[in-house]
Amino acid sequence: MTRINELFQEELKIINMGLESFNENLKKQNVKTVQVDWKPPTRRNKKMLSLLDKLK
Amino acid sequence: MVQERIEAANKKVMKIILNGQPTLLDIGVAGEVIPGMTKKTILHAGPPIKWEKMSGPLKGAVIGALIYEGLAVDEKEANKLAASGEISYDPCHHHNTVGPMAGVVSASMPVWILQNKKYGNYSYCTLNEGLGKVLRYGAYSDEVIKRLKWMENLLAPLLKQALKLHGPIDLKTMITQALQMGDEGHNRNRAGTSLLIRELAPYIIQTKFSEKEKIEVLKFIDSNDHFFLNLTMPACKCTLDAAKNIEFSTIVTAMARNGTEFGIRVSGLGERWFTGPAGIVDGLLFPGYTAEDANPDIGDSVIAETAGIGGFAMAAAPAIVQFVGGSAKDAVNFTLKMYEITAAENNIYKIPTLDFRGTPTGIDIRKVVETGILPSINTGIAHKDPGIGQIGAGLVKPPMNCFEDALQAFVEDLETKNLV
Repeated sequence: MTRINELFQEELKIINMGLESFNENLKKQNVKTVQVDWKPPTRRNKKMLSLLDKLK
Repeated sequence: MVQERIEAANKKVMKIILNGQPTLLDIGVAGEVIPGMTKKTILHAGPPIKWEKMSGPLKGAVIGALIYEGLAVDEKEANKLAASGEISYDPCHHHNTVGPMAGVVSASMPVWILQNKKYGNYSYCTLNEGLGKVLRYGAYSDEVIKRLKWMENLLAPLLKQALKLHGPIDLKTMITQALQMGDEGHNRNRAGTSLLIRELAPYIIQTKFSEKEKIEVLKFIDSNDHFFLNLTMPACKCTLDAAKNIEFSTIVTAMARNGTEFGIRVSGLGERWFTGPAGIVDGLLFPGYTAEDANPDIGDSVIAETAGIGGFAMAAAPAIVQFVGGSAKDAVNFTLKMYEITAAENNIYKIPTLDFRGTPTGIDIRKVVETGILPSINTGIAHKDPGIGQIGAGLVKPPMNCFEDALQAFVEDLETKNLV
């Protein structure tokens, strides 16, 4: 048995980042998950990104 | 943490916006009821602007207002007076007022008087003149002035009397109903206008005016699908004004255009304007006009989008695409996109086609800058030359730099307070 198969024999600890529908599908199969509300920044203006970072 | 301060401030702002209770109280005369008005004050749409920088339609509306007020006899005299320095120009927004397109308000004009019953603040707006050759699109011919005088001498006094008989009208409920009936409250006001007539007609009939005058007034309102716009706008204005000046809030409390510049105000940044060049409206033009005839974006009516209706509620108004262009699916997509840049879903303004999801409400400058998604605005298109009027309708976006400059100012303010 490979290590990856061993992993799937255990209880999975899943953190889903971004697209929530992936999380919903897992929840429907009674899998415990943690959803992280995250989106890749779409803007590439470094000055603006640094201003936004200051507000976090 | 600064983020917590911002979130708490935005929560407070959104509570104020969502709890707003815009109510129509009365009709008054601008010079008597709008704070700070004088006989030589001309209020205009958008951020502050000097006469020499004004675009054609705004100049045309100023000329028309000076003739209407009897301060000038013709265009030549009005032009001279307008440039003389004797006239005091000021944004409507600085006087609790909003005006569609050129947004020109002068002392003798009748205005709707609204109050946000929840917070006590007032707002004002002129009565809508109809489409085509009208002052708000910069037309100032005899027919335009004659109509304004008719509005002053018959329409306003009659409606004032009808309103007195009726009592205050809860506009929030009426706008909510209009959204259920296919309006979005900015560029489609057919349902709202119909609801207003339905509400007022029994009282119009009871006024002391003649049968002929009552018929004239009812026909005038019925002939103009945008009559209700001049009520949705001040309804949004008094709703948003209550949420101004909340420290640390990144929510936009005003967006407005003067035909030259687009400007925004942010709750946590007080009365400051952040401006950029007004865009060109992408839409459908009336027969005989081309894109070269169009003036850049103009008017305070974008207060609708600022409050979560108008372009933000496009999904509620699929029929509007026949007026502004695009498909019914586009209308839904415009609304869906706006959820990305707003802080809340409206608790009262709901969209039937989205399973009664609340409209996206409360533009957050952080989200606009982060996602690069700009607010979608439904609007009319004015001819660039004074005296012609409306030539079409369509969609437009604000310049991104308004939001970027506001964000920078916001961070600078926090730096001076040693918070970042």
